[in-house]
Amino acid sequence: MNGVIAGITLRGMLGRRRALLLILLPLTLLVLAVAISLFVHGPTRSSAAAVLLDRFGLGTLLPLVALIVTTGVLGTEIDDGSIVFLLSKPISRPVILNTKLAIAIGLSIVFAAVPVLIAGLVMVGGAEGIAVGFGIGALAGVVAYSAIFLLINVLTRHAVVAGLLYALVWESLVGGFVPGARELSVQQWALSLANWVMSTTYVPSDVAPMAALGLLAAATVAAAVFAGQRLRSLTIAGES
Amino acid sequence: MSTIEVEHASRWYGNVVAVNDVTMDVGPGVTGLLGPNGAGKSTLLHMMSGFLAPSIGAVRVDGVPVWHDHELYRTIGLVPERDAVYGYLTARQLAVASARLHGLPRPEEAADRALAMVELTDAADRRIDTYSKGMRQRAKVAAALVHEPEVLLLDEPFNGMDPRQRLHMMELVQTMGQEGRTVLFSSHILEEVERVAEHIQVIIAGRLAASGDFREIRRLMTDRPHVFTIRSSDDRRLATALIADRSTTSVEVGGEGLRVLAADFGRFTWLVPRVARDLTVRLREVRPADESLESVFSYLVTQ
Repeated sequence: MNGVIAGITLRGMLGRRRALLLILLPLTLLVLAVAISLFVHGPTRSSAAAVLLDRFGLGTLLPLVALIVTTGVLGTEIDDGSIVFLLSKPISRPVILNTKLAIAIGLSIVFAAVPVLIAGLVMVGGAEGIAVGFGIGALAGVVAYSAIFLLINVLTRHAVVAGLLYALVWESLVGGFVPGARELSVQQWALSLANWVMSTTYVPSDVAPMAALGLLAAATVAAAVFAGQRLRSLTIAGES
Repeated sequence: MSTIEVEHASRWYGNVVAVNDVTMDVGPGVTGLLGPNGAGKSTLLHMMSGFLAPSIGAVRVDGVPVWHDHELYRTIGLVPERDAVYGYLTARQLAVASARLHGLPRPEEAADRALAMVELTDAADRRIDTYSKGMRQRAKVAAALVHEPEVLLLDEPFNGMDPRQRLHMMELVQTMGQEGRTVLFSSHILEEVERVAEHIQVIIAGRLAASGDFREIRRLMTDRPHVFTIRSSDDRRLATALIADRSTTSVEVGGEGLRVLAADFGRFTWLVPRVARDLTVRLREVRPADESLESVFSYLVTQ
């Protein structure tokens, strides 16, 4: 971690229009949560809450927020060349990357994981551990998503497209048809952790909790280490 | 005192060779890296500043390979060509951040000093995205100077500056050179290099075309055969008189006037008006035909 890099990164993130998008997404979840708490009554409310938190929370909000945040903390800087300011300093590139990762995780927790927890509390309160379960799942999910999307941002200039393809096509579409693909899905891992905490399972997961935890940790560490290495070899192409 | 050593360095992208077997040593003082756009100057500078690995060959600073060594940035200051900086910071914040990232003991003082050097003190507390291009450039230079680097690399530093800013930046670059630092800047403008640089490296189509003392290269440039187009009231009589003089290598008579190849630039330009006066031939046009930088460069390549 480097405080100066963290400060610059955070400033860049919060001052931009990007921040508005970051507020709109969790706001949508909260509005839906309030709607469910107002209009869905009785025993179906818990399952409705679980489906909303899984589909919209883990499946949409998490990857989108993580993608916007990681593109903001690193992707745009690589794209416009301003990253050269940081890279031309006597600071190891993995330290630069880990600092950016920490900021990305922190922002994603604020704009994705915490809203998931709040939405759960709004809908079902503390019942059956749904809110806390999905909150913990979301927390683990944003960590993994942040590391993976940061790596994508180092690897390609088309990180937004690549990230969306991964989140929407692989996790949602392919995962829907090919059961095996679900085992390699951050959303499934996060869901598995959520189910582990909850007393009732509303949306079953294909991955066992321990395996999910291991896979989340492995994916995060591998992506962060690889991204740090790739950043060492980042080449700035000439204008011509 | 630091030296940048480039040894048989080449860099290619797929089938395109951007830098082709370049060998040069850049020592203390100001060196101009001159070449037309797309010649490979930026690629070479990126290799020197650790942002590009040579495909083959080596690029070192004081014997240490530049690629994959972030500690080298204690020695190197880099001013990239691209305009992008953190626009939401002020120049002072940028310079202080730079000083902190370098681990300097008194970052605020170092930042103030650097801002004063580039004459940005008055505007230092304004956000960079309110700056003109020239001011942004100076903010980047200040950030690159905070740690008083032994080696300063500037990619097209005078681009987009107004004449006064340009003059000031040139003086700054010269001062850095006189202090014994190794300063290298790239430019596609001959006059810039001429005014600032003591040493010159000319790069054309990825190859090192000429290198050494500027005056020597300037002489080569002036002494090269010049092509002139001349239109007059009597082209044939003028042609006869011109070819009789040793300063003229060849004369071609065509529909568009004369095309004269002059071996001795100085004597030829002295000769033409006199010959015309003596013959009472009226000169309508005397125009150097190949004064573009590219033609000067292509001449140097053959030398």
